[in-house]
Amino acid sequence: MSWIPPLLVAVPLLAAAVVVATDHVLPRRVEDLVAIAAAATTCALGIVLMLRSERGDVIHWFGGWSPRGGVAIGIDFVADPLAAALAALVGGLVLVALVYSWAYLEEAARLFDTLMLVCCGAMCGFALSGDLFNMFVWLELMGVAAYALTGFEVKDIGPLQGAVNFAIVNGIGGYFVVIGIALAYARTGALNLAQIGRALTQGGSRGLVIVAMTLVVCGFLCKAAVVPFHLWLADAYAVAPSPVCAVFAGVMTDIGLLGVARVYWTVFDGAFAADRAAVGDVLLSLGVATALLGGAMAFLQRHVKRMLAYSVICHVGIMLAGIGLLTSKGLAGAADVLLAHGLLAAGLFLTTGIVIALFRSVDELHLHGRARGRPLLAALWFGAALGLAGPPYVGLYLGHSLIDDAASATGRAWLPPLLWIAGALASASLLRAGARMFLGLGAHRDRLLAPEMKERPPARGTRLSVLAPVTALVVVLGLVVSVVPGLPQRTEAAAERFRDRAAYASFVLHGSPAAHGPRAAFALEPASLESILYGIGATMLALALAGWGLYRPELGGSRLLRPPARALKAMHSGVIGDYVMWLTVGAALVGGIWAVTLR
Amino acid sequence: MSYLPYAVSAWVCAVGLYGIVTSRNLIHLAVCLTVTQSSTYVLLLSVGYVQGGGPPIFKGVELGTTSVDPVVQALSLTDIVVSVTVLALVLALALDVHRQAGTVDPDEIAAMHG
Repeated sequence: MSWIPPLLVAVPLLAAAVVVATDHVLPRRVEDLVAIAAAATTCALGIVLMLRSERGDVIHWFGGWSPRGGVAIGIDFVADPLAAALAALVGGLVLVALVYSWAYLEEAARLFDTLMLVCCGAMCGFALSGDLFNMFVWLELMGVAAYALTGFEVKDIGPLQGAVNFAIVNGIGGYFVVIGIALAYARTGALNLAQIGRALTQGGSRGLVIVAMTLVVCGFLCKAAVVPFHLWLADAYAVAPSPVCAVFAGVMTDIGLLGVARVYWTVFDGAFAADRAAVGDVLLSLGVATALLGGAMAFLQRHVKRMLAYSVICHVGIMLAGIGLLTSKGLAGAADVLLAHGLLAAGLFLTTGIVIALFRSVDELHLHGRARGRPLLAALWFGAALGLAGPPYVGLYLGHSLIDDAASATGRAWLPPLLWIAGALASASLLRAGARMFLGLGAHRDRLLAPEMKERPPARGTRLSVLAPVTALVVVLGLVVSVVPGLPQRTEAAAERFRDRAAYASFVLHGSPAAHGPRAAFALEPASLESILYGIGATMLALALAGWGLYRPELGGSRLLRPPARALKAMHSGVIGDYVMWLTVGAALVGGIWAVTLR
Repeated sequence: MSYLPYAVSAWVCAVGLYGIVTSRNLIHLAVCLTVTQSSTYVLLLSVGYVQGGGPPIFKGVELGTTSVDPVVQALSLTDIVVSVTVLALVLALALDVHRQAGTVDPDEIAAMHG
């Protein structure tokens, strides 16, 4: 089975090359089919790999350069269930995006397919890589394809601004990662994750290791758009074509978090085993800040794609908080949030794409009542938006409830309410926009919301008969994540293994397979009463906030809200210099806190 | 071991970041991005430098001859290749920005905010 991991990268990259090479030879439809088949193959291989790796990690040493005497001399791909599942999700969402764009973006679809496939291969490579420097290379490859996809429609200034901000912030994030890698290499003489991790357990030069960890983690957090590294995301996702956004929002943002979790548990956990809490608390606080800020900013938008972008930031925060708890349950919760959110956010972006195609606008206030009489679209929108709030046993509920359990097990009862409220805020803004667009409810004007932006709709008519079923499939899959039998137990078992640094190292460096318990059963786990109450509460809160948002201009009280809203908007200035300032200050702060607490 | 290369690397990185933060021109900004990136080359090469070491070419050389670390050179090369791609893309975008907006000042193209 060790031949599967490299295929997850090779298939999409080769297909990308074929699509470009046969550009003038094959008819366009054939090229599209090649691309779609490659994405489908990637998804299928990812699922096979995930099922296989549940019985034990799968490793592939490139060129057969396996470790000699416990020293890694080659480069490896290691597939554990979480990474393989993420690769499967990547393949699945790219497949959906390609099918969708087949009916959506008519012109220039050729380059589009190529860039999507490159991005797909790079994401799979990042998820599976067992080598720190290779993680950087995949990160940059994924980034380059993504910048080009963001600025895909260069006829307008908006996409260009989005792509420039995206490229520069993530470029600097990449340099931070390289500097961190260089320092880790200087300390340990190794680039293999397991090897560095083993060398660091022996202690020594803590200052250097702290700097290295700060830079690598902050670099990955730029990709994951965590506060204060998040500013580029709304600019980029508001302008990229909808199917591209579905992939970006569904997996590319979250993959930065996989990077953080991976390097923490395979590399730095050994160096700071005694002060784990200090590392986790920083991640946890960043996560909570990100969730709340993302939720609040989403509520202040009228441009629907920008609103969705902030809701992505909000949910990334929730996932990071789950990871920051540093327990298996917390990590499993983050993984389940990732799965449900990936599908639902993709579904929402795809629905927005249909709205743009039909009504030539994505402005909540412009569209007021114009989308009435579209019951299917409305159902998809409201279903996905509610699923993001997480009513009991729907959508994000499962992930949330696992994070709740983890939080109460580590004595942080204050955490779950904050995360549920943040999710409810994001969900409320989407419900509000939906109520305005599809039901024609609420005030026609709201001066609290962000200024209007131009959006150039796609040039030609679209085939709803393809777009609607694809979108519906993604939304429905996202909604049923919480009731898949056995999913919580299996993700938790996978998370347990993901966190086991010693077993990972001895598997990678000595090839000794770790002993695993029996396969988790396919059973539904009753959730705690608290989570059910939180889920109901969050849903009610989301609905109430949405209603309030609809009629707020008529209710008055705006004077109190205006100053904080203005301050928040001023932070998101759209100017790249400001973003880099925040990035630098943020990295310095994280490093400063760790320098004090890990000493 | 001298700390000078490390100090130089940190300084170059800080200078580049300062340039990006204060830049009023996207082309200038792209150059600052390469300055920031140059700090990674200085750092990588100083990490692998061995006092008195020769180049890491072992043909016709006695076993046990000291040489500098070849791995960091490979890393620097990869780093260069990767970053040139990013730079090329940023420059191409800057050209398009000029074509669309008639300016390359990042403050003036901030069409989206808030």
